[in-house]
Amino acid sequence: MALKGRLRDISLTQLLNLIRLARKTGALTINGRDGRVELYFKEGKVIHASLNGDGDLASLLLKSGRIQESKLQALVRQLGTSDDKELGLRLINAGYVSRSDILRAVRKHTLDVVLTALTWEDGDFQFELNKPPPPGRIVVPINLDSIVREGDQRQKELVELQEELPDLNVSVRFTENPGTDLSNIKLSRDEWRVISFINPRNTLAQIARYSGLDEFQIRRIVLKLMQNGLVEIVGPQAGRPQPAPQGASISAGKQMERPPSRPARSKPKAPAVEKGVVRRLINFIRGL
Amino acid sequence: MQTVKMVVTGPFAAGKTEFIRTISEIAVVSTERRISDFTRTIKDHTTVAMDFGRITVDDDLVLYLFGTPGQRRFDFMWEILAEGMLGFIVMVDSTRSETFREAKQIIEIFRSYTDTPFVVAANKQDLEDAWPPEDLRIILELEPWIKVLPCVATDKESVKTVLLELLYTILESYDN
Ligand SMILES: Nc1nc2c(ncn2[C@@H]2O[C@H](COP(=O)(O)OP(=O)(O)O)[C@@H](O)[C@H]2O)c(=O)[nH]1
Ligand SMILES: [Mg+2]
Repeated sequence: MALKGRLRDISLTQLLNLIRLARKTGALTINGRDGRVELYFKEGKVIHASLNGDGDLASLLLKSGRIQESKLQALVRQLGTSDDKELGLRLINAGYVSRSDILRAVRKHTLDVVLTALTWEDGDFQFELNKPPPPGRIVVPINLDSIVREGDQRQKELVELQEELPDLNVSVRFTENPGTDLSNIKLSRDEWRVISFINPRNTLAQIARYSGLDEFQIRRIVLKLMQNGLVEIVGPQAGRPQPAPQGASISAGKQMERPPSRPARSKPKAPAVEKGVVRRLINFIRGL
Repeated sequence: MQTVKMVVTGPFAAGKTEFIRTISEIAVVSTERRISDFTRTIKDHTTVAMDFGRITVDDDLVLYLFGTPGQRRFDFMWEILAEGMLGFIVMVDSTRSETFREAKQIIEIFRSYTDTPFVVAANKQDLEDAWPPEDLRIILELEPWIKVLPCVATDKESVKTVLLELLYTILESYDN
């Protein structure tokens, strides 16, 4: 059995949280725009990771600069195996690296891969229960708590953005007198792209679509521009009734607006029927 | 005669109509109409009016089941439907993780209307790629006391179990 989905629907933070809380063992594979990540878990801890097939000891040690490439290659050739545990032992015995060098390199690599994957906003994922890491790999269990906490933090920030700029069916225009010195503002590529679409006729939802941004990204950018006094909200076009915001929300991260609820009315607590009625229903449905 | 009402809600194609059809003694009254937009690829018909099913207990007690409309432009009906209901069931298609976020939002909206008891039905558990109920609970961030039940809406016993679990939850709500 595999759990499948897309990261734009269920974030990696959510998945890591699930794996941690349900103490799952298995392999999570993510195929994203920037490649393929494999994360292996044992009882809710991440134990091994690879990005685009890396993660073998030789490449980790080379990356950490702990050993010369020529020495390593000679040893690998001599060993004639791709078993990392064996290679690790040989390296330790030959005095090239220490045990803790190896563990540190593996641990750092695993964390790097997880943190990289956490920046991916989309990609197909699949979690295969009980699938072990490739044979021979060195595994180092790492607690997911702190990683998930960091991810949570980011998630909260995104929710806050949404509260600050709830409606994407508004447009913005450039302010007449920007409050800041424009030459001091550094803009990213995405920010420039948004700016190029700014026009009272374009809603933020449209701008996001044109520039390939999701709802969170567009909010973040527009709020930054607003905070810098560069742009201001025009609002839904006054006078002319706007068509229902069909298709106005962006496909990525569909957001549902709440229908207006009744003003501060106390919620009914106990159902307004006799307890006996519920018992009769139960008896009847049991017998169906 | 007394009538009581329960609401079956959840994202598009979660199995609301199927659930009601399986347990209702009358053919489910639902105005289904072909639609031509992209949702058509998911299933051939979509509900544009609400589903309506009935279970007659005896001469003076009838249970009505209402399915919420499948499309966003009918959201305004939710609150009307929610009025006076005994409880509600949130259907989730356990195989389509792209709908989980929407399911979570629907739960939040219904909970904002009322404190009426509810259960979550992790539907389509007969399919291979179904997420298990306990995983759904974590993804939907549901409190431990909320029941997330395995469900196969095409199976009468399974539908009965979900309804009964909701009724047990309702019964317990009298005590606190
Ligand atoms: N395999 C399987 N299919 C189901 C189940 N429940 C519903 N379906 C199918 O899923 C599709 C959508 O169900 P429907 O009841 O129309 O969804 P609604 O939009 O929530 O009313 C239909 O093709 C159903 O036959 C189930 O438990 N298992
Ligand atoms: Mg339906």
